[in-house]
Amino acid sequence: MMKRWLARFVPKGRTTVTAIPYSWLLVFFVLPFFFVLKISFSEPTIAKPPYTPLVQVTEDTKVTVSLNPAPYRTLTREVDEFATKPWTEARQDSQYLVAYWNAIKLALLTTILTLLIGYPIAYNIARSDDSTRNTLLMLVMIPFWTSFLLRVYAWIGILKDNGVINNILMSLGVIHEPISMLYTPFSVLLGMVYNYLPFMILPLYANLVKLDGRLLEAAEDLGSKPWPTFFQITLPLSRAGIIAGSMMVFIPAVGEYVIPSLLGGGEVVFIGNKLWEDYGVNLNWPQASAVAVVMLALLCGPIIWLHRFEQRRKEQEQ
Amino acid sequence: MAEPTQPAGAAADHAYLTIEGVTKAFGDFRAVDNVSLTIPRREIFALLGSSGSGKSTLLRMLAGMETPTEGKIILDGEDISALPTYRRPVNMMFQSYALFPHMTVEQNVGFGLKQDKVPKDEIADRVAKLLDLVQMRKLAKRKPHQLSGGQQQRTALARSLAKSPKLLLLDEPLGALDKKLRMETQLELVNVIQSVGVTCILVTHDQEEAMTMANRIAVMSEGKLVQVGGSHEIYEYPNCRFTAQFIGQTNLFEGTVVESAADHVVIDSVDFAQQIFVSHGITPTKGSRVWSSVRPERVGLSRTAPDSTYNWCQGTVHEIAYLGTHSVYHVKLANGRKVMAHVPTTHWGDETPVGPGEPVIVRWPNNANVVLTS
Repeated sequence: MMKRWLARFVPKGRTTVTAIPYSWLLVFFVLPFFFVLKISFSEPTIAKPPYTPLVQVTEDTKVTVSLNPAPYRTLTREVDEFATKPWTEARQDSQYLVAYWNAIKLALLTTILTLLIGYPIAYNIARSDDSTRNTLLMLVMIPFWTSFLLRVYAWIGILKDNGVINNILMSLGVIHEPISMLYTPFSVLLGMVYNYLPFMILPLYANLVKLDGRLLEAAEDLGSKPWPTFFQITLPLSRAGIIAGSMMVFIPAVGEYVIPSLLGGGEVVFIGNKLWEDYGVNLNWPQASAVAVVMLALLCGPIIWLHRFEQRRKEQEQ
Repeated sequence: MAEPTQPAGAAADHAYLTIEGVTKAFGDFRAVDNVSLTIPRREIFALLGSSGSGKSTLLRMLAGMETPTEGKIILDGEDISALPTYRRPVNMMFQSYALFPHMTVEQNVGFGLKQDKVPKDEIADRVAKLLDLVQMRKLAKRKPHQLSGGQQQRTALARSLAKSPKLLLLDEPLGALDKKLRMETQLELVNVIQSVGVTCILVTHDQEEAMTMANRIAVMSEGKLVQVGGSHEIYEYPNCRFTAQFIGQTNLFEGTVVESAADHVVIDSVDFAQQIFVSHGITPTKGSRVWSSVRPERVGLSRTAPDSTYNWCQGTVHEIAYLGTHSVYHVKLANGRKVMAHVPTTHWGDETPVGPGEPVIVRWPNNANVVLTS
């Protein structure tokens, strides 16, 4: 009797299994996000932690809630700058907006380049024999076994003025003065593409490997040459993989700050650098939090739009 | 089309398609081994064999997806062996159809014409006509996954006919359909193919499908053509044990020729108490080892022995399977050898049918069996 009564409170197997990822999301994403949101409405102070509490209980048991809009004002003021002042002038005074724009531009470029480089790689892995396929996949993943920082520092060693490339070219007599490659937009983009490439290849591979080879044969049988077959059959059928891979690259790339700061030399400021500066150097946690919240909102837009788009397409097909 | 058109009637109608000594080797393995065939215009020809017999490889060589290691394929007077798939005037209806999932029925059917840069309104006209032909006009805007198996099959057929190919290839055309639908579709498919007047080669492992649809059948085994002929010829006069056992069911008795004349043969078999008599002459001479094949539906059962000295034997009923129109009897002979007989339900008349364990005589008329030498 007692046992049966107790059993009502013990969750069933299926509930337990689905609860695990949800509680993970709750504890490690939703809760921290609310902390960040909360901090973004507080005021910076010199204390530990370096922000004021939102809810204060004063001596006569009066509860006061104070929301500080200043961090968001900083951002909206920059929008006003662009609306009222000439473009060039506004850029000077709008560090955050420019940093957002730089980050999105870099993330977009990285996504496009990883897609252009990753697609043929993923395609060839998917079309190779079962035996070589695993080796090729391993080759894509092996660099991940070394530390991320180490890989970025390795690029510094390769690209710097007296680095591997310049030394080889100079000793061969191809050039007489080192080509400056490090701390340029080129080196940032190179580092980004190099590091994010596997995130593009793997989802594309997972999609392309499912492509039915008979469809390609059927297209060819009906008179379609190899390239038209690719554009008419392979490419449209791999759209889900392209979207997944682009998301996997674009979203983390927007917030990336290690690669730009190590390989970029600080000339071009990205939103990730701005965030780190406010958080670590200026100790302005509320401002850093507001920047993070806005970035999340900016990223949520395209994700929701894409999701809706896919959903609508699926509904149409049914 | 892009390729040079042959003058009309360049090839004689009886040799519209000629396959000359075609071999396909994968390393040491010969998937197709020196196959030669001649197929007249408008014929529906079936390649029948079990999986691994080489029939699909032969079909893929006709389509251009495999290149022959040796030999030539000549279609309407033009050697197409070296042409890439996309230039061949050959179209294929794929096994489980391979319809493009992201295109509508209409777009699927029009795909081939679009590749040839046919004007849009011309494509629309042709597609509409084809969809009428296969009764898919109403579903033109659907995507493949919204169609039933039969509708997918009709779409695939329309797609493969769209470019009016000189040769239509069907790879297990009805393999993906359930049995009842398959029977209806077989004849429907033949009607469409005949109304279009296209020469057609189909590959199947289903003998019934081959026999219903094809004018002629080639039985394939281990990359070779074992026998080529009409359904009746292949069933009634198999030329070897493989065909006899592959097409339908049969009883085989191994034996030695004891008498060979112009109009009959007598065989002595260890399996059979009486000598076996075949009422047609054969090439093997006295003393050679042969097999006699007799179809189960030719084998009769009775309680009393016949007057004849040939073609009967005493046995006991081992098993009976009642199938409605007929019953399948497995009769065990004295030496343990089993003989299968299909006995019509009406056979026994007023008599009580012979039951399991009862003694029975198996017998067949002198013209019911054939002699096989290999």
